[in-house]
Amino acid sequence: MIDMRVGSWARLRAGRSKYLVGAALLALVVIMLLPLTMSVLASLKTTTEAAAVPPTYVPSELSLAGYQRLWNYQSGLPHYLTNSFVTALLTIAITLVLTVPAGYALARFPIPGKEVLFVLLLLALIIPYQALLTPIFLMFSKLGLTNTLIGLAIIHTTIQLPFSLYIMRNSFESVPRDLEEAAVVDGAGSWQVLRRVFLPTMVPAIITVTLFAFVTSWNEFLGALVMMNTDESFTLPLILAAARTVTSLGSTDWGMLQAGVTISVIPCVLIYLLLQRYYVSGLLSGAVK
Amino acid sequence: MQATKHNKLTGLLYLAPALLFVLVFTAYPFLQMVWLSLNNWSLITPPKFVGLDNYTRAFTDSQFWVSLRFTFKYTILITPILMIGGYLIALLVSTNTGPRRATRAVVFLPVVIGLGASSFLWYWLFSTNYGLVNQLLIDIGVITEPILWLGVDASTSNWAVIISIVWKVLGFGMLLFVAAIQAVPREIDEATMVDGANQWQRVTRVILPLTRRTVLLVTLVSVIGSLLAFDQFYIMTAGQPQNLTATSVFYVYLNSFPYLKLGYGAALSLILAVIILLFTIGQMILTRRSPDD
Repeated sequence: MIDMRVGSWARLRAGRSKYLVGAALLALVVIMLLPLTMSVLASLKTTTEAAAVPPTYVPSELSLAGYQRLWNYQSGLPHYLTNSFVTALLTIAITLVLTVPAGYALARFPIPGKEVLFVLLLLALIIPYQALLTPIFLMFSKLGLTNTLIGLAIIHTTIQLPFSLYIMRNSFESVPRDLEEAAVVDGAGSWQVLRRVFLPTMVPAIITVTLFAFVTSWNEFLGALVMMNTDESFTLPLILAAARTVTSLGSTDWGMLQAGVTISVIPCVLIYLLLQRYYVSGLLSGAVK
Repeated sequence: MQATKHNKLTGLLYLAPALLFVLVFTAYPFLQMVWLSLNNWSLITPPKFVGLDNYTRAFTDSQFWVSLRFTFKYTILITPILMIGGYLIALLVSTNTGPRRATRAVVFLPVVIGLGASSFLWYWLFSTNYGLVNQLLIDIGVITEPILWLGVDASTSNWAVIISIVWKVLGFGMLLFVAAIQAVPREIDEATMVDGANQWQRVTRVILPLTRRTVLLVTLVSVIGSLLAFDQFYIMTAGQPQNLTATSVFYVYLNSFPYLKLGYGAALSLILAVIILLFTIGQMILTRRSPDD
């Protein structure tokens, strides 16, 4: 009798805590999704509604006016999107070209002073790039690299290098040695071993490095702010900054700004949804180990 | 013998591009920054050697101290919110059921978007007359007059930015905490439950001690990130009012670029880099230790 009562009490408690947990999860989801949802909705308001006081929560009428204004803003959205994409692709390319061979070297070759060299390669971890922007800016002015996408990509690569190198070295180290030994017995040189034996097994690491390089470059703000001073060289984050302050009436074009936020968020969210596994594993191995 | 020598050379050859890149784009700029910090230079006139003047000037520059204090205040306020909030959510969602996985994915979502984009989003949400935060607070009757969130009062601005960043990066800590909680050996956890421990005891006596290394690491990563804060303040407050919400990186940026005090900016950069370094060393010591101790 007593046991039964205790049992049902426990069951009641378990049932109630289940609802509580459910409510907490739901509340979290709503709070986290609300800001982005409101931004997307605001980007779809008509010009007058976007500037209305008091603001409306949900557009009473859907309109692409904000996107149209952004499309035609200064050099035009396609131009800035291209800048951002090209910079990101260059960042990915340079990062891979540097870190795939370097990871191979660190994992498989008897290099003298390897530990010291590895620390040197991780220098960017020790000195935050934010602190180095002045000398880099001076160097780039001399080399004619300011206001160029390649110059910005170089900065984005320096940010991504330690993480990428780390992922690559670990990935090379995790490949069993017998695989390459068989190829070496067959007379393959180190380059052939890299291409034929390693590269196929490196695909997850390459995806991880690519993904993080893209996201970093696509979103990076301070380096771009310092290096890019002409309107044609702006990337997406910079054009948002410009759009915030430049309007005909001296106030912000809220509809256009939220259209810009929505557009810059879309590739990141897509990548996350498609490559969530790589995202999470990359973050776990990069940040904690 | 010949083979090893050959191997050494080949290895160096594969390492060379990355090494060269780091030497040119990180090591050389760093040395130049040290040199710059010992000079006064505005690009217009040639650099003039001033020794340690820029450093002594930094120590008497009240604006520099204001920025440093503000950066620490921001860091001290936001870090516990991120850590405790992230950990509580992690405890809530650490088991692999459908709704919990979905919640994890949603909480992590803002981490993947740009800090710039999120700051522009919250700049709008916190706008006095056009923003939905004030509108919501008015509609539910919390306030009657709109709050001037950004750029008028330093403390209010700071809290507005903190709210936006908590939304943006809460998922980062949560994700790492979930991984650490899931790595707690099941036998230990089950043994505690059999011993009749309640949830609170289970968390404080088993899970928290076994995940403390991750907690420490995430704290350090988060602190370093907060000490380097720039985008969110540049975008949301522009340092206003009176540069009271200009963080250290912001102040370095102001001196180096708009003001073109390159030498002074470099000295400030170095001071900041040394402060960050202390935390980075801590992070490295922690990461070097094996995960099971």
